[in-house]
Amino acid sequence: MRRCEMISVGAGPAGLAAATEAARNGVEVLVFDENDRPGGQLFKQIHKFFGSEEHHAKERGFDIGYGFLEEAEKLGVEVSLSSVVMGIYENRTMNVLIRDRIEQVRAEKILVATGASENMIPFPGWTLPGIIGAGAAQTIANIHGIKPGENLLMVGSGNVGLVVAYQMLQAGCQVSAIIDAAPRIGGYEVHAAKVARYGVPFFMSHTITEAGGEKWIESATISQVDKEWKPIPGTEKKFELDTVCIAVGLNPMTQLLDMLSCKMVPVPSLGGRVPAHDLGQETSIPGIYVAGDSSGIEEASTAIIEGRIAGLAIAHSLGYIDDSSFLEQRDRQFKSMVGLRSGSHGEARKIAKEYINAVMKG
Amino acid sequence: MSKGMSETGYLSDEELDNGPGIPSEGRRRRGPVAVLECIQDIPCNPCEASCPEGAIQVGEDITNLPHLLEEKCIGCQSCLPVCPGQAIFLVDESSTEDVSRVTMPYEFLPLPEKEETVIALDRAGQELGDTTVIRVRKTDKMDHTALVTIEVPKEWSMRTRAFKLKR
Repeated sequence: MRRCEMISVGAGPAGLAAATEAARNGVEVLVFDENDRPGGQLFKQIHKFFGSEEHHAKERGFDIGYGFLEEAEKLGVEVSLSSVVMGIYENRTMNVLIRDRIEQVRAEKILVATGASENMIPFPGWTLPGIIGAGAAQTIANIHGIKPGENLLMVGSGNVGLVVAYQMLQAGCQVSAIIDAAPRIGGYEVHAAKVARYGVPFFMSHTITEAGGEKWIESATISQVDKEWKPIPGTEKKFELDTVCIAVGLNPMTQLLDMLSCKMVPVPSLGGRVPAHDLGQETSIPGIYVAGDSSGIEEASTAIIEGRIAGLAIAHSLGYIDDSSFLEQRDRQFKSMVGLRSGSHGEARKIAKEYINAVMKG
Repeated sequence: MSKGMSETGYLSDEELDNGPGIPSEGRRRRGPVAVLECIQDIPCNPCEASCPEGAIQVGEDITNLPHLLEEKCIGCQSCLPVCPGQAIFLVDESSTEDVSRVTMPYEFLPLPEKEETVIALDRAGQELGDTTVIRVRKTDKMDHTALVTIEVPKEWSMRTRAFKLKR
């Protein structure tokens, strides 16, 4: 059985930030990712990021991804791709399916940075081909360079829906409309303005009620909803189209943590059941850490900071950083997080994270 | 009051009038000036650092709205390509003719060519009419965000925020 000091499950923004931060402090790090390329969602993010300079603001997501990979290589971080962590067992032992063989590996510290999966909503016809997650549309267009469809409807006005709608326009698709059951746009208004000025209408307080088509989606019907989000008869609008993108939120991928019986907390504002964790991102199971969307849905810039905090905490607990240096470096990350978890979009996440930290304390 | 940006996706006239980043008509008539159409408390401040004149203030709390100090703005366009929300435009109403120039970020291909006729669009994507491309700029530093300047009738200068190609 192979042994190492730290394993990150996931090579997305949180996993890579943790791996590089820990490696910089001397920790021997191994990263597993089930995908055949690293970066998680970063390489699909062709838009410029928000935040401050320290958060890589105005850099495009894929450039941030390349930066991390370069740094990881320089620091000697081993990234093992096409490697599915099948389970984590007692004493931080895990089974990993690496292409066609299974390896057993044991680590002193494990970071679970497995990200999130997309929520779906059921409606008549929802299994027709052409109805896809907004993340899938991004993968098809931005990773594989293929237009997902000619004419699409975006369901959901959060940042994912808005950003992907804009990217679909860039790919040359028509976007018939962006709809949301909520009365107000969920994402950043400036992202909404980017699509509105090219003529994409917003239908707020609307939901998709039906998809029609024989072998592929050919039409979608939307209806206005009342205050209880129930469709109002007589308000139907029908669009002829070939694609519907669903962007109705994400939920944390916590299967590996569930297997370990990690303490979980239901927090709707963070996407569902999230693992309790302390200020150093350690879960209720000693030696098991969590960062990024798997610890509660936020965004890439917060995932990077959480990853760095976890990397520092791991380096500290392994004895690579002394107490004062650790606290000083961690404080710097906390300060960097303040701006990202404030304002009308961030405040709720700040409160939710404080609640999770409090649950962890007991 | 008309529906605001949080329902339609674009600024209403009231929101435009009250925005802390919108230059006065007097300032616009004196020459090119930045128009910061950012009215939501999101965490972001690259515009502030990009300004060589200190004409954009966000402050320590990065969710503050950017304030334009219109007398300090020299219309250099440095802030336009760095805004991740593509919410900054440059408006020049100084011409004695009945035309104004509007510069906007553009991230589509193909790029328009100088002197090409394109259709001006307002914030809601409504067609305003034909206009002429005056300048297209794209440098490495702008990181794939081109800046396109078009000439529009003066009364469209605070309405034109996009364009589409005729070809």
